[in-house]
Amino acid sequence: MAVKQTELVDKDYKYGFRDETANYAFKARKGIDHDIVEQISVMKGEPQWMRDFRHKSLDIFLAKPMPPWANLDLLGQIQFDDIYYYMRASDVEGKTWEEVPEEIKRTFDRLGVPEAERKFLGGVTAQYDSEVVYHSIRKDLEEQGVFFSDMDTGLREHEDIVREHFSTVIPPADNKFSALNSAVWSGGSFIWVPPGVHVTVPLQAYFRINAESMGQFERTLIIAEPGSFVHYIEGCTAPTYSSNSLHSAVVELIAKEGAHIRYTTIQNWYKNIYNLVTKRAIAHKNAHVEWVDGNIGSKLTMKYPSVYMVGEGAKGEVLSIAYAANGQHQDAGSKMVHAAPNTTSIITSKSVSKGGGRTTYRGLVKVYEGCEGVKSNVRCDALLMDPESRSDTYPTMEIDAKDVRIEHEATVSKVGEEQLFYVMSRGLSEVEATTMIVNGFFEPFVKELPMEYAVELNRLIALEMEGSVG
Amino acid sequence: MADLILELKDVHVSVGETEIIRGLDLTIERGTVHALMGPNGSGKSSLSLALMGHPKYRITSGDVRFEGKSILDMSPDERSLAGMFLCFQYPSAVPGVSVANFMRNTLMARQKGAAPLTPAKFKSLLDDATKRLKMDPAVLARYVNDGFSGGEKKRLEMMQMLVLKPKLAILDETDSGLDIDALKIIASGIEAHRSPEHSILLITHYQRILNYVKPDVVHVLVKGKIVKEGGFELAEQLESGGYDPFIKDLVEA
Repeated sequence: MAVKQTELVDKDYKYGFRDETANYAFKARKGIDHDIVEQISVMKGEPQWMRDFRHKSLDIFLAKPMPPWANLDLLGQIQFDDIYYYMRASDVEGKTWEEVPEEIKRTFDRLGVPEAERKFLGGVTAQYDSEVVYHSIRKDLEEQGVFFSDMDTGLREHEDIVREHFSTVIPPADNKFSALNSAVWSGGSFIWVPPGVHVTVPLQAYFRINAESMGQFERTLIIAEPGSFVHYIEGCTAPTYSSNSLHSAVVELIAKEGAHIRYTTIQNWYKNIYNLVTKRAIAHKNAHVEWVDGNIGSKLTMKYPSVYMVGEGAKGEVLSIAYAANGQHQDAGSKMVHAAPNTTSIITSKSVSKGGGRTTYRGLVKVYEGCEGVKSNVRCDALLMDPESRSDTYPTMEIDAKDVRIEHEATVSKVGEEQLFYVMSRGLSEVEATTMIVNGFFEPFVKELPMEYAVELNRLIALEMEGSVG
Repeated sequence: MADLILELKDVHVSVGETEIIRGLDLTIERGTVHALMGPNGSGKSSLSLALMGHPKYRITSGDVRFEGKSILDMSPDERSLAGMFLCFQYPSAVPGVSVANFMRNTLMARQKGAAPLTPAKFKSLLDDATKRLKMDPAVLARYVNDGFSGGEKKRLEMMQMLVLKPKLAILDETDSGLDIDALKIIASGIEAHRSPEHSILLITHYQRILNYVKPDVVHVLVKGKIVKEGGFELAEQLESGGYDPFIKDLVEA
């Protein structure tokens, strides 16, 4: 290994994902109140403004009801008093490989995920060995002046930038779960790209050696200065195990004039997890924001990546897929807010429900008065694998401008007997044929992924089909 | 003893409660081309789908033997791997799956345990077939039957037959809806496949294609039964007299 241990713990390790608080023996008790929030902020040694922000956010969380339109049968099962809201990294690392469910270990094997990586994904992080890869990327970034660290480090080392942008895209009062995240956030990524800089390699959260990169209440802030480009990849196709049942992230993207941000997510949480995420981007003049969002795992996911186009000529895109098997509900969609003329949005949503799984598309296209020349195209395709499965589409359009072009198309199809018979008649078994049809359905998404992700995703779908056919 | 590729003994086929094929006997020798002709509604397509194992087209009694072995308990993929192939009259689209990817998967299904197909060999297999059928090579990157015209679909079915080289190909009205140039191309594909190892059951309404592919045996199917068998002259007789005399015979019988 090229990187020495001493380098990794060096105080000058600028982009290190080391948690300064790791030496504290601290684990908050279960439940949430102002004492817990105060403890978290003190532990992290945060400035007063962040501490105040957390307390204010907690009040909002406590006062806000659950969203009335959500799947309250599932949401109602969350026991907020029975959750640890802050655990030091070492508590998470302390978990042993033996505790990871067999089912997940088998899936790792079959996906061909290397030993070190699977331990990391299983939450056993201490041995993760990707520093070598990370180190070389880090050097390139350093030369370009890019800041890339976990959010806690970002706050410590670049407080001015953080304070200027933090929570400007998603205020705590946006929804109950953004308020919760604002009160207890920990980890997540901080990225700042200087003007005109194009980051050529995708930045990946999972190169990190800190458990908190996949923490419970991640807080990610990406700022792309004018004319810059960055691609960030969150998560991975391999199943992510966590003993924590509630994950609630907030992701804020700011694309300044002419900047381009692409944010790719593959979410494959274990099927016990509530994944309630708020993701939103601001796109300034001629900026371009793309969300590429894949949801495979979790018990209930609620996630509607949004782009607020506030400058003329801005462009927002969402390409998402969702897969829901028995016991899962993928409630996903997108919001496109056109707050400037000649802005363009594209939403492409594809979902597959199988074995009683449920998918929901919730979308909003809003065009403010005076925003002429807006174009928006929304396309939702749902594929039902059997009569027990369910898919619903709730599109909303609020158009207050003239001279706009808005297109919406939604389809629900079934894997037809004819289609399955056709493929099987060429020598493919029922599982192989179903896998081919589902992979084909997801193809527009898969071809946007980096190669290794695309390959893993195709294999993952094959495993899902094997598990549930026949 | 004759080397039979396919034997049908008193086969009955139902769709739902309706019996479509009502006691059909048919034998095909290896290496021969049989034409099965019949008017609309005679049960031609139902027979071809039932032979390939479509779940809606149930063989309710009788037996179907492929190379001497009953196939009634075999799934469509098992029938395919055994060497049967159906050129669909109305093939399904598989969006998101390119023709090349589809063909690779169908070939791989036949490779289990054998030496893997090299990329060069794979490419030459596809190139040969597309060239023979005068298809645009760009078809390999298109999604299977997705947005294809009627003629393009027929050619893609034919291309799959040429690549997979089945022992028995059942062509379900592959000639229908084609102009004369397209018909000639399809016919040349069939002739290219024709060999002592390959048998063909050519199902058609019209005699037209038989001018280019001369069958060894002609069967006439009316109302779910074979009413007449003979050589090529039978097809010529149909061309001039139509199906009416056979339908009349059946009614009187």
